[in-house]
Amino acid sequence: MTARTLYDKIWDDHVVHQADDGTCLLYIDRHLVHEVTSPQAFEGLRMTGRKVRAPEKTIAVPDHNVPTTAGRDTHIDNEESRIQVEALDKNARDFGINYYPVSDIRQGIVHIVGPEQGWTLPGMTVVCGDSHTATHGAFGALAHGIGTSEVEHVLATQTLIQKKSKNMKVEITGSLRPGVTAKDITLSVIGATGTAGGTGYVIEYCGQAIRELSMEGRMTVCNMAIEGGARAGLIAPDEKTFAYVMGRPHAPKGAKWEAALAYWKTLFTDDGAHFDKVVTIRGEDIAPVVTWGTSPEDVLPITGTVPSASDFTGGKVEAAQRSLDYMGLTPGMKLTDIKIDTVFIGSCTNGRIEDLRAAAAILKGKKIKDGMRAMVVPGSGLVRAQAEEEGLAQIFIDAGFEWRLAGCSMCLAMNPDQLSPGERCAATSNRNFEGRQGRGGRTHLLSPAMAAAAAITGHLTDVREMMGETV
Amino acid sequence: MDKFTTLTGIAAPMPLVNIDTDMIIPKQFLKTIQRSGLGKNLFDEMRYTQDGAEIPDFVLNQPAYRDAQIIVAGDNFGCGSSREHAPWALLDFGIRCVISTSFADIFFNNCFKNGILPIVMPQDVVEVLMADARKGANARMTVDLEAQTVTTSDGQSFPFQVDAFRKHCLLNGLDDIGLTLEKASAIDSFEAKYSTQHPWA
Repeated sequence: MTARTLYDKIWDDHVVHQADDGTCLLYIDRHLVHEVTSPQAFEGLRMTGRKVRAPEKTIAVPDHNVPTTAGRDTHIDNEESRIQVEALDKNARDFGINYYPVSDIRQGIVHIVGPEQGWTLPGMTVVCGDSHTATHGAFGALAHGIGTSEVEHVLATQTLIQKKSKNMKVEITGSLRPGVTAKDITLSVIGATGTAGGTGYVIEYCGQAIRELSMEGRMTVCNMAIEGGARAGLIAPDEKTFAYVMGRPHAPKGAKWEAALAYWKTLFTDDGAHFDKVVTIRGEDIAPVVTWGTSPEDVLPITGTVPSASDFTGGKVEAAQRSLDYMGLTPGMKLTDIKIDTVFIGSCTNGRIEDLRAAAAILKGKKIKDGMRAMVVPGSGLVRAQAEEEGLAQIFIDAGFEWRLAGCSMCLAMNPDQLSPGERCAATSNRNFEGRQGRGGRTHLLSPAMAAAAAITGHLTDVREMMGETV
Repeated sequence: MDKFTTLTGIAAPMPLVNIDTDMIIPKQFLKTIQRSGLGKNLFDEMRYTQDGAEIPDFVLNQPAYRDAQIIVAGDNFGCGSSREHAPWALLDFGIRCVISTSFADIFFNNCFKNGILPIVMPQDVVEVLMADARKGANARMTVDLEAQTVTTSDGQSFPFQVDAFRKHCLLNGLDDIGLTLEKASAIDSFEAKYSTQHPWA
C-alpha cells in the first residue's frame, strides 16, 4: 500500500463521494457552532424547511459576544450582542443540538470547550464557523474553519464539499530552551513561512519539540496554523493525547474506548509518505518572540529591534511602513523599550490552564506596573474553576489583574473588552491586525509568560531575565 | 445566489498586501443576524474617520471608484477570520470579482458561495491589471468566466484557472446544499458503514 500521511489517512476515511474532477463530499464528525457565524445559517434552514441532519454531532456555545463580567447570565447590555446570544439559545432549542449556555459552568471559548468535554477525538473531522478551529488538530483531528454558507451546508447534510489540500510538514527538532513555549514555536513558524506560506496546505507539526509539548501546548501550535495560511494543522496522537481524552464526558468508554484506541494508534504518517513542502526549525534556535507589526508574520525575537520598511521587498515595503505608522514605532528601537499599557491573557490560543499556570509563575508575589490595565480571561468556566482551586486566581488578583469570566473577550473585542485608539496591548491572542482589539488599538502578540513579564515591568520584556531572578 | 457569467466594470486598485477580513468588515458589524446591508461598512476603518466622515484618499471614496465592481488586490487577500460577512459586505457594495496573486483559503471558498469570483493571477499579470485599474473610471475591465479570461481596457487578455465545479455553480447560480442533498443516499450509506467502523464517533 502507498505510504500515506496522517492527513491522507483521515481524509480517506471521510470521503462520502468523489467526483471525476476530484471534488469530494467529506463526512463531518463534529460541528461546533457559536453565536456570531451561525444565525444566518439557521435562518437558511428555516426558510427551506430543512432540519439539522445530526444534532447529536452538533455542539453550540456562545463565546464571541459575551461579556466577561458578572451578571451576564441574566442580562447583556449591548442589544445586538444580546440578540445574537438569544438567537443561539433559540436555535439550539429549536433544532435540538447540544448546548452550553452562558449560565453553564462548562461555557467557554468553543475551541476550549470541544476538547475539554471530549467532543474532539483523534481521527475526526471537526468544523466550525471560526478560523481557529485549527486548534483541534492537536488531537490528530482534521479541523478547520468554514464560512456561514458552509455552516448551513454541514447543518443540513453533515458533509462539506472539499478538494484535498497538499501536505506540508513542519518539523521542530530538538528541545526548546527555558522560557520558550508553544506560542513561540507557532509564531516563529509563521515568521519563517509568512502568513501565506501554508496556503493550499494542511500542516503536520512533528519533531521532538512537538512531542515534548503538553496537549495544551499542541493546541496553541495548531491554533495558529490558520495565521500561517494553512487550512488545518495536525499533530499525530500519542499517549499524551489518549491520556488527555480518557474519561472526558463525551469520550468513548469501555469496549468503544478500546476500539477507538486501536484505531487512533494507526493515525500517524507512514515512513516514506510524500510531503509537498517541508520546513524544519531547530527547537534550540527558537527564542521568546513578539510581533512588532500588524500581521502575525511580523515576528522577532524579544532581543531584536524594530525593523524599517526598507528591510523588506515587494508589496511588504508599503505594508511594513503602514504597520510602523499604525503601531507608532521607530525603526531601530529595541523591542524591550516598547511601553505597554494593557495586558490581555486569554483566547483560544492561550486561555487554557497551562497558560494561566505559566503566567502565574511569573506573577507570583509581584505587582503589575502602576497604571497598567491587566486582565485574565480563562478559556472556559472549568478552566476558571480549576485556576481558582489551584490558587492561580489569587496570584493574578494579588498582582493587580482583573479575574474575568470565560469568553473570547479582547482577542477580537466584540464584547465590551476593547482597546481605545493608541492603547498598546501585550496579548496572548492570535491576531495583531489593525483595529483587531479596538479601533486604533496596538497589539503585540506573545506567550502568557511574556505577557506576565510585560505586565510587571510596563514594557515588552525578555521573560528569561525574570526567570533568572526567580528560579 | 446570483449567476456570474461576464462582468464589465470599474476595477479599484488595492495594492496593499495581506488585506485581512478584519479590514474588510470590522467586528462591530458582525453582530447582525442578516446577510444584507453590510456594504456601507465595507473597509469601514480605512474608509471613514472615527466620527463617520469619509476619508477622501481611500480608493472606494474617490469619485472614479465609487461604483467599482472589481478589486485588484495585493498578495494574500482575505486572510484572517472566517467571517462570511467579508464577502457579504463586498457583494452588498457591488463587488463581484477580486483579482490577486493569492487568497486566504476560507475567504476564497466563501466568495464562491456568494456569487463572487476570486481570480488568482501571476504577479506580472496582477501588475498589468493594477496599472489598468489605476486609470480610473474610464478604464473598464472585462471578466469572462465562461472563457476564463480577464481583458484590460486596452484589450490585453489574460487567461485564468478556475475549478470546474465551482465554475459550473457560479455560471448557473446553483445552491450547494441542493446539489449535496441529491446525494443523500450516498451520505446515508456512508453513515451506516462508518458508524459500524467508528461506533465512538
